[in-house]
Amino acid sequence: MKRIINRYFFVATVVAVTTLTACDKDKNDAPVVYYEQQDQMARAAINTVFVDAAEKDKFNTTTPSQMNATFAAKFKTKLLALNAGYTTNALGQNADALSGLLVTDVLNVSTTAPTTYFDGTNVLTGRALADDVIDISLLLIFGGPSGTSNPGLTKDNVAANDKAFLSSFPYLATPH
Amino acid sequence: MKLRKIMLATALSVAVGGSILWAADHIDSPAVTNQSSDITDVYAFRGADANNLVFVANTQGLLSPSATGAAKFDANTLIEFNVDNNNDNVEDLVIQAIYDGSKMKFYGPVAPSEKGTRSRLEGSVTAEVAVTTYGSTAVTATGSNGIKVFAGPRDDPFFFDLDQYKKVIGGTATGFNNPGNDTFKGTNVLSIVVEVPKTLLGASTGKVNLWVETKKKI
Repeated sequence: MKRIINRYFFVATVVAVTTLTACDKDKNDAPVVYYEQQDQMARAAINTVFVDAAEKDKFNTTTPSQMNATFAAKFKTKLLALNAGYTTNALGQNADALSGLLVTDVLNVSTTAPTTYFDGTNVLTGRALADDVIDISLLLIFGGPSGTSNPGLTKDNVAANDKAFLSSFPYLATPH
Repeated sequence: MKLRKIMLATALSVAVGGSILWAADHIDSPAVTNQSSDITDVYAFRGADANNLVFVANTQGLLSPSATGAAKFDANTLIEFNVDNNNDNVEDLVIQAIYDGSKMKFYGPVAPSEKGTRSRLEGSVTAEVAVTTYGSTAVTATGSNGIKVFAGPRDDPFFFDLDQYKKVIGGTATGFNNPGNDTFKGTNVLSIVVEVPKTLLGASTGKVNLWVETKKKI
């Protein structure tokens, strides 16, 4: 509907200024189909945890390069509201560092190193199917500098998927 | 539902003594709840051939086995992997997947003429594969540029004890059980899997940034 309205408006404008060649060109071009963004995602849990309800759709349609400018201050506020005792985490990140990392919702993927959310050595070099991203996230947000704070909240004790992954393409297990 | 997003939020709300109690449907992203455009998870990892990266976009989460056979991709929903290879968080390449009613057609990796929240199909089809039907062996295909592609139902690879979180939120538990119970056990998603030769990604800095967008035909 929007495209139709725009087209009528365009034609009317063109006629009004009698630049009919532009109008002919418009008619001859094959119409281009456009798609408008509804959702986006990279890391797990970012939008729900750090974005207020009224802004969730806005976050889902804010391009990653604009997320820091638009949401960084809000992410830090949210982090400290959720865990008022936050100081640093096991990676040594203070509240600015952690919220600043998370606000730009992209998956950093290494083309040279092993790909993992966190394996004790590599940090955010990808996301493998078996990565326990919930435990990793909880630990970094609630575990404090040594990972021992809030012990009841830093792992859910579900450490693996219910089906084995495949060793070859398409890697994900067959459906139930 | 944005399950991945819901779950951690539920956990987080526990830690503030229940002062923020979010019901699950209140923390969904309103525009995409229960839509074909709702992304549940994104994965990126080395392929069995370490010269390749595998990108996964899962959609339409929490499908029970009885509902999986009827779940379909939507011909008006573009599923787009965005790749930034110079670390400015702007897409330099896209891999697009669009359903034509029987097959999933892939475009790219290709430098997009449109960046940001509006897209058009870029260039020509580089790979296509029949959508695997529920209960059938996975159908895969390799494109003209060497990408491998799959589209269809899969087990949801995500795992988490969501039910125990709900109990804590409800005040009937104070922490997790050990062992926990995987709430996503036995559920499926609709998956797009693309395995891409690293040479197609232009990753001169040793890394790329990846995110998935879903876009509706306008």
